[in-house]
Formats: sequence, structure tokens, C-alpha cells
Amino acid sequence: MVDQRGGEMRGRGAGKHSFVMQARRSFYHRGHREHRGIPLRSLRDLALFTTCFACWFVASPAGAQVTFERLVNSAKEPQNWMTYTGDYSGKRFSGLDQINVTNARTMVAKWVYQTGATGKLETSPLVVDGILYATAQDDRAFALDARTGRPIWMYQRQIPGDIRPCCGHVNRGLAILGDKVFMGTLDAHVVALDAKTGAVVWDVAAADYRTGHSFTVAPLAVKNLIVIGVSGGEYGVRGFIDAYDADTGERKWRFYTVPGPGEPGHESWEGDSWKVGGAPAWNTGTYDPATNQIFWPTGNPAPSNRGEGRAGDNLYSNSLLALNADTGKMNWYFQFTRHDEHDWDATQVPVMIEAGGKHLIAQANRNGFFYVLDRISGKLLSANAYGKTTWSDTKDADGRPVANQNASPTLEGHTVCPGALGTTNFMAPTYDPQTGLFYVTARDQCDIFSTAPQPYEAGHAFYGSAYFPSEEAEPYRGFLKAIDPATGEIKWTFEHTSPTWSGVLSTAGGLVFSGDAEGSFIAFDAAAGKPLWHFQMGGAVYAAPMAFGVDGKEYVAIAAGSAVYAFGLP
Amino acid sequence: MAVAAEAQNPLAGDAKAAKAGEYEFRINCALCHGLGARGGGRGPDLTRAVKKHTHSDADMFQVISNGIAGTAMPANGTNGQGVGMTDEEIWQIIAYIRSQQVKAPAQPLGNAAHGKELFYGDGNCSLCHMVAGKGGRLGPELTGVGGSRTREAIIDSVRNPSRRLAWGLTEATKEFPQEYESVTVVTADGKKITGVTLNEDSFSVQIMDAGEHIHLLEKDKLRSFQKSRESAMPKYDTEVLSDKELEDIVAWLISVGVK
Repeated sequence: MVDQRGGEMRGRGAGKHSFVMQARRSFYHRGHREHRGIPLRSLRDLALFTTCFACWFVASPAGAQVTFERLVNSAKEPQNWMTYTGDYSGKRFSGLDQINVTNARTMVAKWVYQTGATGKLETSPLVVDGILYATAQDDRAFALDARTGRPIWMYQRQIPGDIRPCCGHVNRGLAILGDKVFMGTLDAHVVALDAKTGAVVWDVAAADYRTGHSFTVAPLAVKNLIVIGVSGGEYGVRGFIDAYDADTGERKWRFYTVPGPGEPGHESWEGDSWKVGGAPAWNTGTYDPATNQIFWPTGNPAPSNRGEGRAGDNLYSNSLLALNADTGKMNWYFQFTRHDEHDWDATQVPVMIEAGGKHLIAQANRNGFFYVLDRISGKLLSANAYGKTTWSDTKDADGRPVANQNASPTLEGHTVCPGALGTTNFMAPTYDPQTGLFYVTARDQCDIFSTAPQPYEAGHAFYGSAYFPSEEAEPYRGFLKAIDPATGEIKWTFEHTSPTWSGVLSTAGGLVFSGDAEGSFIAFDAAAGKPLWHFQMGGAVYAAPMAFGVDGKEYVAIAAGSAVYAFGLP
Repeated sequence: MAVAAEAQNPLAGDAKAAKAGEYEFRINCALCHGLGARGGGRGPDLTRAVKKHTHSDADMFQVISNGIAGTAMPANGTNGQGVGMTDEEIWQIIAYIRSQQVKAPAQPLGNAAHGKELFYGDGNCSLCHMVAGKGGRLGPELTGVGGSRTREAIIDSVRNPSRRLAWGLTEATKEFPQEYESVTVVTADGKKITGVTLNEDSFSVQIMDAGEHIHLLEKDKLRSFQKSRESAMPKYDTEVLSDKELEDIVAWLISVGVK
């Protein structure tokens, strides 16, 4: 039904004309500005409203509560995409199959929404009951009519001028729970917005942005908690993962990713280096309702490219953490890269996979290896290179790749593969349970790592080293790779024109979707890797695609350039 | 975001600031401008006293803060490599660059007038390269190259044109610009086209051939598509162009480029 506070309905008139009605204008919110609902604007609106009782009514009840149960059982409503990766498992797999290998070649653009924000648009939208929610890199959030791309509300955060986010302004999206959406901000706040109006419900400061803390991650809603991890590994923050009460914004727990004095793991840091140890947590984790465990990956130790002064393994940097969702207490951890000196954040999405009766968790790591772990015990099962790596030729007794003696940065510079950007990075991968393959964007690029010692100074960059493209005439190469998690074998590879930062989506239609740096959005045959369809969006892709359904029609959406695009069948 | 800059570097001449700036430079700038600011093949040599885009400290501050539209030079904090720098750190970098600058432009070793003759004559450079509105279109336009590249970099790119392909088109949100790669295609009707890529994505390619014709092609309609990182520019060894002759051409390019 039409909802006076911002819902909309779609109908078909007396015969052929379709129309869309929005009950009120899009609305800008600045900061804490209060907002009043606007009633139906005129009798004309009311007339349309009334007429529609006679229409072919197809809208879902926009704005129903998103309960924890709905999130746990998200597979039952494939038309909705309610978490960053589409479900709790991190698969970024859509159960929709209306768009499939047979008809994908006929796909067309359905709408484009221009955000007006410039820079890298990394957002991965949510869709619930016909409304699409997303963010942009200037910390705005917006809600759109998912069928038309027409805005319903917008919230624009006023970001202080002196924020210092690493690697540009970015935001990867929202969490949704109840009647609110949640975002982390570049000035290190967590904000809850009314899902129907964009009005601020609560706003809490998690940390001081002036010391280099920020949020770029899409939070994860678990039970009644909003879980979020901090950014700032390039500023020597002490990393943490927080959980906030979704109703009040009260912080329920904090897990410091760098253990303090007296805590296990503290001995893995030299002297006081733990205080500025980094290990941020800037990409969204996953959740296993069966064991009530949150799996959250962590980033590089600080300074990111210099090990001198922080001798030891530097726990829990570059690790996967299994945390009790209620308490934030750690059940186990697995460290991918010990004592990292190449900025190889392990912040890639950890994907839960069921195979052969085993409960696994898989990660295509920035260091160039694909890891499969038992997610109950945290034990490593396999680690196989899926790109060009030179840093490790041996494995330890547990099967974990170990760094070669000569892999450290030097004053003159030393070439290591992968380079600092990694074999992959933040771009979300996908696991398709139908093909049993894990699809990930990969890059072959080596860098020269050269030391550039810096003292720690609060709020200043803290790298300790620099990296440059290696002198080899080799151009950087970018790929989409399909990995068999059971063997680590690469089943197919598609080479892009140049490396891309696009995430990947798989669907029950036998398709895999990804974008590229040249602006193409591409549908692949998931089994064979053959491109079936493409569309030139006119802007490089830094975001991950997702799929949703409204009115019985499937859409695939992705952000590129400054805009969000939705595609569907003609 | 525009940054209100002071006209002068508050850290000018401060050796400690220049040292801090050296490390900031390595982290934020050296990717393109090279260690030591002498140009990395991607970005210009910044040690030259005469530069294309910046003269005063305030100009430099603006360029580092906001980037240069239409080029690969990004605004502070947007290149995805380093972190955004504070005003103080930008001034440190400017102090460092100033400390590295050659005070007076090096006296060109060659004879510029003779270099110009060679460029437009026996050197055959102008068949493919344009300088100040005269010349060909197949290779990079070279009017400004003498102002932004070192003598060594120009010599190397003439002697070893394939070692580092020149950058062409820069797209606003793409990480790296298109390079001058060589390409040979055979169309569906059997026509062979050889040239350089003006741009390319996974599904289409835009080519200029030696006759300066632009070909706009869809890859799936081609019989073959072959790309090569062997530059379309012939390798000029000392048999073809002596060291003295090359030095003359470089002298002319520098004299044009610094204007």
C-alpha cells in the first residue's frame, strides 16, 4: 500500500500505461536536522492513490521491519539483498535466476542514479522490499525506488575538513535492521538513520578522527548489534571491532585487534609498538548463526611497510578472528601474513562454504594465496597461490606460507610480488554454490619496496616505507579467476584490459557479474568464464555488484563512476 | 576542495622539513615522479627549475592539493596509493622538491637549430610526432616534453622506445592511462590494419594507422587482434642517429619545451 511517509506504489492504469508515483519529494538531511513527514501533497495525489485500488497492484509493502530472523533466513527472500554480501555467509550469491545464461545477452540498462559525488564509489547497495539503500564516498546515504532509481531521501553527513582517511574518501555501504539503516563515517562515527526518511536516529563517536581513525566499511547487523571495524592502519591506530546496540547506539563490546599488556598475543609486539600497531578491520565480516560466531578479518600492522621496531608476529594483524557475537570474546584466530612488511591487509571477505559435510571458511588473500580453513576450529586446510607471488617458497608445519628471508623492503628497494596493492584487495569475491567455484578479481603486479622511515606522529601518515612499480616492462595485468576451493585449482581465467577494483556477483541464473577499469559491466557464464553481455557505463568500477527483485522482475545493480546503475531484461 | 594556501612555503629552506618531505615524497609522489623527483617515466621530472604547471610555492601547493585536470596528476588523497597529506606535509614536500631543484637549467649540450632541422628532416621524427603544431599524429605530441622530462629520459626513449611505452589518453577515474601500444588486426573482410591504440577496453579498440586514419573496431567482429609492447617507433641506434645528432634534437626539444 501507499505509505504517506515515503512509500510508493506502482500500477498499471486502465490498460497500457504504467506509472510510478512517489508520495513525496526526495529530501535532504544535513547533520541532525529534524524532519517531518509530509502528507500526500494534493487531491491529485489522493486521486491517483484511490485510482490505484483498481490497478494491477504489484508493490511489496515498502518499509517492513528487517528482523534478525529475516537476515538469518535471507535465502528465503532472494528478491532482497539485506547485508553487504547479500547474506551472512559472505557468498555474494543471488538466488534469482530470471536473468540467466540463455537471456543475459538481451540485458538493458533500466535506470541510472547520479550521486554527484566524485572519486571512488565503492558502495554495495542494499535492497529491501523495493527500496534501494546505498552510500557515496562523501558519506551521504540515500534511498531510491529500486524500480526507477528515483530518490526517496538523502542524508548528507557534514565531514570535517581535516579528516585523513587512507586512500581517498570511500564508503562501502550500509547495514539494515529493524526500521533503521546504519553507516560508519569518515570522521569515525556510527550513525543510525530512519530507513523511511533518512533522519538521524542516533549518532555516536567511536574514536577520534584526528588521530587517523575512520570508517569506510559497511557495518554488519547481528541480533540487535551493529558490528563495525575501524580503518586507520596507515596512521598507527590501535585497531578495533565494535558492536553497538541497534536501538540506542550504546556500545556493547569492543575487541581490540592489538592485545594490550597482560593479554595473550601482547608478547608478539616489540616494546611499545603495540600502542600504534594498526591491525584495522575495514572490511565487512561474516556471521555463522549455527555457532554464533562473527568472522572478521584484520589489516596490516603499522607502520605498514616497515618491520623494524615491531619485532614479532604482530598479532592480530592480517588475521581472521572468530568472535562470540554476544560478547566480542575471541574463540580463535588465524594469522595469514606474520609480521607483514608489504601492506597486505587480510581484510578480504571471509566466505563461509559448506562442502563435503565440512564447515569451511575461505579467503582469497591480498598476499596472493587462497586459504581454506575449518571455521569451527580455525585450522588451516589448504593455502594455494592464485596469482603471481615471490614472497614465499615454503610453508610451515601447519601448511601456512612463510616469508622468504629476502622479502623485506630495503633502502635501495627490493622487488616483491604481489605489490602493495595485493593480488586482490577490498573488492568483494563471490562463491557460487551451483558451480562450487569461488570467483575473485586478481592482479599481477610487482612493486619495489623501499624504506622511508617515519616517526609516529598522531594523525600523520605512518607507512615506514614506499613502493613503486617494478622496473620490469611488464604491464600490470588484471583478471577474473574462478577457483575450486577443494583443490585451489584455477578453473578459468578472464583477462581484463587492465587491473580492476570491481567486486564479483554470482547468481542462480548461472551467471557471474563483474566490472572493469574501462567502465564495462560484464556478465559471464559462471561455468566457462565466457563473457555473454557487457555494457559501457562510462566510469571505472570500484564497487561490487548485487542483485534484487521487484514486482517479480530481477535487476542487477552496480556503482561505476559517480553513478549507480541497474540492469534487467527488456 | 580548494585549500587556502599561503603564498610562500612556511617551511622554506628548513632542512629538517625537507628530509621529512623526502619520505612523504617517496610515499605519495615517487610512484610517478620517481625516487629523487627526477621523473619516473610517468610523471615529469620535478627537479627542473622551469616547470609547466607550477612556478611559485603557492602554485605547487595548489597542484598537489587539487591535481591537474586532464592529466594523471591526482588531487591529494585521491590516488589510492598514499594517504591524504596535511598542509604541513605538503609544505614539507615542497621544501624537499625545492632542495632537489637544479638552480639554473642545464646548458643544453647540443645545437638546437641543427636539432630542429633533423627533427623535421633527416631524423624523420616529424613523420609521427608533432611539435608546436607541425608534424605527424601517430606518436605522442612533443611540444612540452623538453620541459617535463630529463635529457636522459628523452635520450632513452629515442634509443629504446619499447622500454617504456608512452602514456596516451588519461581517463578521469581510471587508474592508469592508455599506453602507445602497437596493434595489428585483421577485419572480418580480411583487411589488415597496423597502428597504435588510442584507447581500448575488453570489447572495442580505437586505432590510428600510419596514414593517421582512425579505425573504430569491435573485437568480436575481428578475425584477429594482436597487440604488442614493441613500440611502433623504430629503435634509433647510433647508426641511424649519432649521439651528437640526438643531443642536438634534445637541445631543440628542451628549448621549445621550456618556453
